[in-house]
Amino acid sequence: MAKSKEILRGAEIFIRALKDEGVKHLFGYPGGAVLHIYDELYKQEDVEHILVRHEQGAVHAADGYARATGLPGVVLVTSGPGATNTITGIATAYMDSIPLVVFTGQVPTHLIGNDAFQEVDAIGITRPCVKHNFLVKDVRDLASTMKRAFYVATTGRPGPVVVDIPKDITADSCEYEYPDTVDMRSYRPVVRGHPGQIKRAASLILSAKKPMIYAGGGVILSNASEVLIAFTRLLGYPITNTLMGLGGYPATDKQFIGMLGMHGTYEANMAMHNCDVLIAIGARFDDRVTGDLEQFCPYAKIVQIDIDPSSIAKNVPVDIPIVGDVKHVLTDLTALIKASREKPDAESLKIWWDQIKEWQSINCLKFDRSTEVIKPQYVIEKLYELTKGEAYVTSDVGQHQMWAAQFYKFDKPRRWINSGGLGTMGFGLPAAMGVKLAFPNDIVACITGEASLVMCIQELSTCLQYGLPVKVINLNNRYMGMVRQWQEFFYAGRYSHSYMEAIPDFVKLAESFGHTGMRIEKTADVEAALKEALAMEDKLVLMDFITDQTENVYPMIASGKGQHEMHLAPERELA
Amino acid sequence: MRHILSLLLENEAGALSRVSGLFSARAFNIESLTVAPTEDPTVSRMTLVTSGSDEIIEQITKHLNKLVDVIKVIDLSESRHIERELLLIKLSAKNESRDEIKRLVDIFRGHIIDVTDSSYTIEMTGSGEKLDAFIDALDRKLILEVVRSGVSGIARGDKAI
Repeated sequence: MAKSKEILRGAEIFIRALKDEGVKHLFGYPGGAVLHIYDELYKQEDVEHILVRHEQGAVHAADGYARATGLPGVVLVTSGPGATNTITGIATAYMDSIPLVVFTGQVPTHLIGNDAFQEVDAIGITRPCVKHNFLVKDVRDLASTMKRAFYVATTGRPGPVVVDIPKDITADSCEYEYPDTVDMRSYRPVVRGHPGQIKRAASLILSAKKPMIYAGGGVILSNASEVLIAFTRLLGYPITNTLMGLGGYPATDKQFIGMLGMHGTYEANMAMHNCDVLIAIGARFDDRVTGDLEQFCPYAKIVQIDIDPSSIAKNVPVDIPIVGDVKHVLTDLTALIKASREKPDAESLKIWWDQIKEWQSINCLKFDRSTEVIKPQYVIEKLYELTKGEAYVTSDVGQHQMWAAQFYKFDKPRRWINSGGLGTMGFGLPAAMGVKLAFPNDIVACITGEASLVMCIQELSTCLQYGLPVKVINLNNRYMGMVRQWQEFFYAGRYSHSYMEAIPDFVKLAESFGHTGMRIEKTADVEAALKEALAMEDKLVLMDFITDQTENVYPMIASGKGQHEMHLAPERELA
Repeated sequence: MRHILSLLLENEAGALSRVSGLFSARAFNIESLTVAPTEDPTVSRMTLVTSGSDEIIEQITKHLNKLVDVIKVIDLSESRHIERELLLIKLSAKNESRDEIKRLVDIFRGHIIDVTDSSYTIEMTGSGEKLDAFIDALDRKLILEVVRSGVSGIARGDKAI
């Protein structure tokens, strides 16, 4: 291996290590501390650098890329403000367990701690929102640290990892060798589930009379969709997905009873509340799912499968915990149930399904399609029909996010890309950009609102520069819709600072960035406009849908209420 | 309930702040924390005293294990163990109080390790309770300065972490 003995500068090592790691795309923004690296980037073509317009956009783009592909997203920024601008993006990825490796430049080693120009303690400031971080203190550690960063980010419960590289390290030289493997005595994630626990789980699952499968983002992260489908169909049990888990099980399948949680379906939440065995798969019992913990699943014995032991029994006591990778555990569990030749209790299951069908008949997601003013749900429904459910859909945060989750039926994993845990407004556009880069031939739609969209609007420039024609579906109700909804319900309609008095002309805005803008004001025009926009395959189209200002997201479980205490839309409220 | 957790962790810059940051970020209690390298200079041993319900202690243990720098975590309070703390205390010692202090130090099996015309500095080890008892036995007015190391602990018997 004569090649591995080459003497290289730190900046060259950085690029070589990225290539050896198989990194194809790097999202970044240059600055003083990373100029040696940028000089090396200039001299090569294997790693494509995407120049964003704000470092937050770089991290969200890398995050969208990672969610859609399953590969780690990679970011390069400079020290100081470059690093601080990444924080929201890193925290977003951390909350949703998305594998990222973020390289931050740092001032030269001898200046660290001196309040040097553009110095910030990147390690300290990112520590609470990363899976791990590294400061490189010697060029001889650079390659092995990068290898470890990718390993930690992508294994176990994935997450963002920061590597802080002082400028002098990128100028120093040493022999280059990229390690093939990593062995860390302090980091050895468990993958296989405990056979004894799996056996206990199998017998509890088969004994259920009112079973419920509750599957989350872990299914997607572990690429376990197919195994989940096999497991669920084998049993014939009802299944719900969390916001993060949508697409992990096909939404159009008859066993799928919709998303659960604060804005989940009536049937999913009622089935959760009344079930006698709950099978939690890669889901973390988030407060937006459980509602009041005291009233959560009061009749259920709970099986929980999760790769992260600290997620198990964190909020809710669990009867049978299984630590392990969802795909491995479900494979073993399915095999065991098959081999046992035992079958679920068909009679009880039929009664249970009859009950669920009764809940479904309430039709909790019904809305009025006959209004002249555009209902936001209608736009998403039409987008779903016209894209045949095949699009990659990113979203921002708020009402539009919930409607997208309710009305776009995801049949495949990694198609629904949203900030579930942190709830980051401004995520949608840059994330869509990252997805489009990975899948240039697929439709990528960003469902957003006029408040979220402007939070990272600068990335329209990046989309132009790199030819990333995403479709922006702006559901413009001239309000921060979810804030307005809460103010209507819980603050007697005092709409404190939730109305945007100076909203830009989005058509002109899109045009000024070199894209196409459309303004749609009537229900009757929605379908044609979407068709027109989707037909413009090479153009980024910003579609400004002027929607009903008063529309609210239903059903809704108010904060602190039990899962069964849902509010339905006023005309559907049960007596 | 009070628990004594013993950790082995990579002796890396920042490892301590990962542990302390975890406790503040997740609002876990921390009573005392001591850390120093072991016979292997790449590994540090930390003893951490905390309190909480069984569920909280379980979460603390799981989150500590999750930290990438942490090699091993054990809960010493789950089995027979020894805990010791070092106390350094400076007392005003003049005239008749000098004899009184010396007697008390002997009773508690401490040592006077520095002497001036007007003060004694005393070294004492023991459980936290014993050190509390010693301090309580002193006349408050005599205490000039108190330094406590926090608890170090080790399991009884031939078993090692």
